[in-house]
Amino acid sequence: MALNIPDIKRIAHLARIEIDDAEAAQTLDKLSGILSLIEEMQAVDTAGITPMSHSQDVVQRLRDDVVTKDNQRDVFQQNAPAVDSGLYLVPKVIE
Amino acid sequence: MEWEVVIGLETHVQLQTKTKIFTGASTAYGAEPNTQACDVSIALPGVLPVLNKEAVACAVKFGLAVDAEIAPRSVFARKNYFYPDLPKGYQISQFELPVVGKGEITIQVPETKKQAAYEKVVGITRAHLEEDAGKSVHGAVDGMSGIDLNRAGTPLLEIVTEPDMRSAAEAVTYAKKLHELVQWIGICDGNMQEGSFRCDVNVSVRPKGTQALGTRREIKNLNSFKFMQQAIAYETQWQIETIEDGGTIEQATILFNPDTGETRAMRSKEEANDYRYFPDPDLLPLEVTEEDKARIQAEMPELPEAMKARFESEYALSAYDAAAITTSRAVADYFVETVNAGGDAKLAANWVMGGISAKLNAEDKIITDSPIEAKALALLLKRIADNTISNNAAKNVFEEMWLGNADVDSIIEAKGLKQVSDTGAIEAMVDEVLAANPKMIEEYKAGKEKAFNALVGQTMKASKGKANPAQVNAILKEKLS
Repeated sequence: MALNIPDIKRIAHLARIEIDDAEAAQTLDKLSGILSLIEEMQAVDTAGITPMSHSQDVVQRLRDDVVTKDNQRDVFQQNAPAVDSGLYLVPKVIE
Repeated sequence: MEWEVVIGLETHVQLQTKTKIFTGASTAYGAEPNTQACDVSIALPGVLPVLNKEAVACAVKFGLAVDAEIAPRSVFARKNYFYPDLPKGYQISQFELPVVGKGEITIQVPETKKQAAYEKVVGITRAHLEEDAGKSVHGAVDGMSGIDLNRAGTPLLEIVTEPDMRSAAEAVTYAKKLHELVQWIGICDGNMQEGSFRCDVNVSVRPKGTQALGTRREIKNLNSFKFMQQAIAYETQWQIETIEDGGTIEQATILFNPDTGETRAMRSKEEANDYRYFPDPDLLPLEVTEEDKARIQAEMPELPEAMKARFESEYALSAYDAAAITTSRAVADYFVETVNAGGDAKLAANWVMGGISAKLNAEDKIITDSPIEAKALALLLKRIADNTISNNAAKNVFEEMWLGNADVDSIIEAKGLKQVSDTGAIEAMVDEVLAANPKMIEEYKAGKEKAFNALVGQTMKASKGKANPAQVNAILKEKLS
């Protein structure tokens, strides 16, 4: 699969990363390199092998349904640029 | 041309856990903003999700209730999008391997003027676990939006159907059935005002008789059955008219405005559907073993269908009564409690669906608010069954009980409602009535049935309504023969 500059711009936009044309060209090279690596790996015969979703072959540990986190709003909100009445403030979002 | 509407539903069911799906912060509704937004909920760097055992149990319960495949291994995935109420920049959901696979729900579509009631099986495509987002509050501060992350990370089960429904009525019936079921098995409180049960409805139309699906539009976030009915009706009509006017339907996400009764497309988000799902490396595969399933199955209550069948065989209820009693777990529990306290089952069914239900509807209450406890109702039914009072007198007692007086016997005493079943006393009254109404006797003997009823009425009146009507009938018949 070959990528082009518009693909790179679109991927960057989806990830909310701002890149200029020079960076886009560099990124195109890097991503194309990764894709060709994947193409190489696709030559391996994987018929009959169950795909793994995680590199470790272990299963999820579960947590009991018990409240363990108490209210630390004041601490967390010290990091926020703007708060009001307990709300984090962000530039206006209109749906 | 005749058109057919095709409907599928996606329902977000908020699971009734004490804590969030991936962290031990409380999910209690109505807390002060952000007081339940812990480090994981606000996505501080370095935090990791740890899956809630109870959320998994809820999903498995649902799977068992709809006879679905439960995946022995399922996988959590990241659904990537940017919105201020989603501080991680992705929602943890399930994509390729959901915990619950194909199942089915049988619905009973009620009769209408045009059509008799009928049953239909709605296919469940899948159900998957995911986390809810936070809430945006607009208008509090000029030019800014407020973000409350208390809801962020609340466990949801998203239940997706096949495009199996063919009318707004079928869709609403399915939604109501699902709403009762998730409450019945105790995985959701069903509170639609608080957003615990939210439906997205996919609607498309096609010429009747054709197989290919039309382009669908998705009506988002319906939180009332009435709005769902209206939204589907409007949307269906809109799509048909658009096509008949030579237009085409574009796939879109739309909102229903309850004030105008219309649907409208949301501002189309550029590339909104490119969520770039991938397995979440922070979470390992979720395993559900046969032992887990057996343990969870053992915790499940008897399901409505099974209970309905049991009521028909055990209590000789009609299919209709049994279905009506088992539409909600609370009603079924109340009925069973009444019967266990000694109330006759048939009478109990009649009173629960009749007097109690009418009162509750009139006062916009549900059965758990009933001022008459099941035990008290059972005592009232016993007094009907042992002929202490007539059915009519019982209604009188019931009114008094509804006001909070639970002492059935003293109400009967105080109101003087005790039924007269003493044969001698009734005979004496009948004799008096006959002596006073020779004309009616003549009419009756001439073949006028009405005259007989009038004589019964006279006797009941003479007894001030306390005579046992069956006995009055029998004695009158005997004396007139």
